[in-house]
Amino acid sequence: MATADIHVPGAAAHHEEHHEHEHSQSFVSKYIFSTDHKMIAKQFLITGIFWALIGGFLSILFRLQLGFPDMDLEWLRPLLGGWITPQGKLDPEFYLALVTMHGTIMVFFVLTAGLSGTFSNFLIPLQIGARDMASGFMNMLSYWLFFLSGIIMFISLFLSTGPAGGGWTIYPPLSALPQAISGSGAGMTLWLVAMVFFIASSLLGSINYIATVINMRTKGMSFTRLPLTIWAFFLTAVIGVLSFPVLFAAALLLVFDRSFGTSFYLSEIYIGGEALPNVGGSPVLFQHLFWFLGHPEVYIVLLPALGITSEVVATNSRKPIFGYRAMIGSMMGITVLSFVVWAHHMFVSGMNPFLGSIFMFLTLIIAVPSAVKVFNYLTTLWRGNIVFTPAMLFSIGLVSFFISGGITGIFLGNSALDIQLHDTYFVVAHFHLVMGSASFFGMMAGIYHWFPKMFGRMMDAKLGYLHFWLTFVGVYLVFFPMHYIGIAGFPRRYYSWTNFDAFSDFLDLNTFVSVAAIVTFGSQLIFLFNFFYSMFRGRRTVANPWRSNTLEWTTPIEPGHGNWPGEIPTVYRWPYDYSKPGAKEDFIAQDVPFSHTPESNLDIENEMMEWEKEEGVIAVNESK
Amino acid sequence: MVKSVDMVGMPKRPLAMHPQKFAMWLFIVSVVMIFAALTSAYIVRQAEGNWLEFQLPGIFQITTILIVCSSLSLQWAFYSAKKDKLEGVKIGLGLTFVLGLGFLIGQFQAWSDLVQEEVFFVGNPSGSFLYVLTGLHGVHLISALIFLLVVLIFAFKNKVHSQKLVTIEMLATYWHFLGALWLYLYVFLLLYR
Ligand code: HEM
Ligand SMILES: [Cu+2]
Repeated sequence: MATADIHVPGAAAHHEEHHEHEHSQSFVSKYIFSTDHKMIAKQFLITGIFWALIGGFLSILFRLQLGFPDMDLEWLRPLLGGWITPQGKLDPEFYLALVTMHGTIMVFFVLTAGLSGTFSNFLIPLQIGARDMASGFMNMLSYWLFFLSGIIMFISLFLSTGPAGGGWTIYPPLSALPQAISGSGAGMTLWLVAMVFFIASSLLGSINYIATVINMRTKGMSFTRLPLTIWAFFLTAVIGVLSFPVLFAAALLLVFDRSFGTSFYLSEIYIGGEALPNVGGSPVLFQHLFWFLGHPEVYIVLLPALGITSEVVATNSRKPIFGYRAMIGSMMGITVLSFVVWAHHMFVSGMNPFLGSIFMFLTLIIAVPSAVKVFNYLTTLWRGNIVFTPAMLFSIGLVSFFISGGITGIFLGNSALDIQLHDTYFVVAHFHLVMGSASFFGMMAGIYHWFPKMFGRMMDAKLGYLHFWLTFVGVYLVFFPMHYIGIAGFPRRYYSWTNFDAFSDFLDLNTFVSVAAIVTFGSQLIFLFNFFYSMFRGRRTVANPWRSNTLEWTTPIEPGHGNWPGEIPTVYRWPYDYSKPGAKEDFIAQDVPFSHTPESNLDIENEMMEWEKEEGVIAVNESK
Repeated sequence: MVKSVDMVGMPKRPLAMHPQKFAMWLFIVSVVMIFAALTSAYIVRQAEGNWLEFQLPGIFQITTILIVCSSLSLQWAFYSAKKDKLEGVKIGLGLTFVLGLGFLIGQFQAWSDLVQEEVFFVGNPSGSFLYVLTGLHGVHLISALIFLLVVLIFAFKNKVHSQKLVTIEMLATYWHFLGALWLYLYVFLLLYR
């Protein structure tokens, strides 16, 4: 229990008080307004899955339009009502709203809140050996602000003028002027309100993650013994704390422009021959502010997935992760660099070409730490005793997407090439592989891997394999052809291209992509079934099903509030002692002292063993 | 939870600050980022020309003095709490509250002065920025005032003393930060006009 070890004199005591009356929990305090990090993690996960379904469904709608421009969509009228035109077509402005909401939902609600929210919350206390987060209350608040933000965004889907339609990057003046498209009216207002709550939620979460990782680690859990998952979540939170406030600033000025008539982003605009009163604003200013968040945001999405992959790949290769310190270093490098490359999204915004080449240089440097990570995954796999669990397959899938999407990033990072490629389907292919699919696969790997810890049961592996192969092949079938469409110059966010002869050739390819997308989306139902069925009916798990080293597997199968019934285990070694020569088994958990493993210790570890003895460790372990 | 585990010496309990004080610092970092974003947007926008120049309201000098004094009185309240001089805590906190309120009223007065000068929120961005920067700082100061009020209530229940310093310490951190932030903004506005 959390109360057992908090006989802290004076000041520090009061913040733990709320733990004390949680022995007999009511339904509400257990499942709804819970302050237990494990329950909050599950809330984030379920909400994330819900949003992933909505976001995926929206993409199917616009893929229908792109793949089958002549199709009669009358059958969607019961659902979409007035958004189906009398001719049975998708309304062009609604198409824009669909892409916008798809992007917003996937980037922020699924891959930021759903991924970080789930796994940072679930794993940070369990893997560093803490009873809970630094502040359970802030954690709960973080979830409920996210929930509120989701409700507002959801309501905006049903407005008669439609949800926001200016793209997930909401560039003004399009997003600032309700006259521009119908989505820039009430839909955009709700978008902004929802995002303000989202930013608050995400800041509360990040602050909590950082405070927990730094202050609440168990005895012996030094920074160089932290699992890479924790390093990744930690750095993700650092990026979040530094970048989300900037999005807030950008959105705030946009709100003033929209609702109060200021001119931060607007200047000399004529609508229907009439000049608007706004003078002196700069739309490029918005792009700078937005991408200062926007680029770090893509790493907020990706880093947790990479962290999960490090853990899963090492465990299932039965090998220490290759280059543990290099992994930490490259994640730190990515963290720093992610703040100095934002203008690569603006090469063609009329930016000074000299500035462009500076950003090109910085952008291409990011490929170095990224490549280090890829090589370390591959060398960890190399000659490992690979166990192909579904989580492992998804992690390998992530590495594959990270490579193929990262390579196209290097194309795009060249400011000269980007003149041709900017705002085409090439960019869409790039970021769906490297961000969308890679992070999604990281999330899936995490779910398959930690499901036993979350629910005490196993997911069905056969269904997992089926899910993996359908999704893996499906993703490539969907996004690979987009590279060609993009190189040919087809712009993204266009409702239709059949008016342009040059593009009619690509109809077949687009139809193909749409079919692949529908099949891939459909195969997620396998996952859904597996997830919910296993939650109640799955095979019961053993304590450490993947024979893994990290601390979460030393808890009871279904850990209660406070995670460890007795004392929190002490950590004596790093988390990657897999297949250590001489060891009895092919893994040695982090809480096993060196004095218990004389057969496999290295020289330096024997020295540490002597030290352990002096300090009376043996006694502690015997009393266990 | 932090200080109690001394039974086993060997693997050291890693560095540990008070988690909530630490969280306060992180919150401050995120506020810094908001203002960093706004002031750099200011510089970028100013460099593009078409920039209205005007005199900053003179009352800013008074409000600056007020906010510096409020930091001093809060610090005095903190020291009193440390020495268990409970009367000093109450007086110090009360004084800080009055000074903080005075600062806000002064800032509001500055807005009226700006309107007199025909610098409006809606209009050239140079004016709009001034309103946004002062307004957002003011909103944070209001939140600090509410926090202060809470601590003041604790103080009147004699719950702020040398054994219970965390809350007042966090308040002092936040308050001093907002004072420093205002000094930064004021100097910034004086330099980039
Ligand atoms: C080798 C490293 C990478 C390089 C050099 C790179 C470069 C670029 C460039 C230059 C663009 C702008 C293209 C344009 O709009 O014309 C871009 C777009 C994008 N990249 Fe990357 N990228 C890299 C890795 C990543 C990673 C790891 C992620 C995500 C995890 C990512 C996510 C995105 C997204 C979301 C966009 C599109 C944003 C939008 O316009 O909607 N990139 N990338
Ligand atoms: Cu980028």
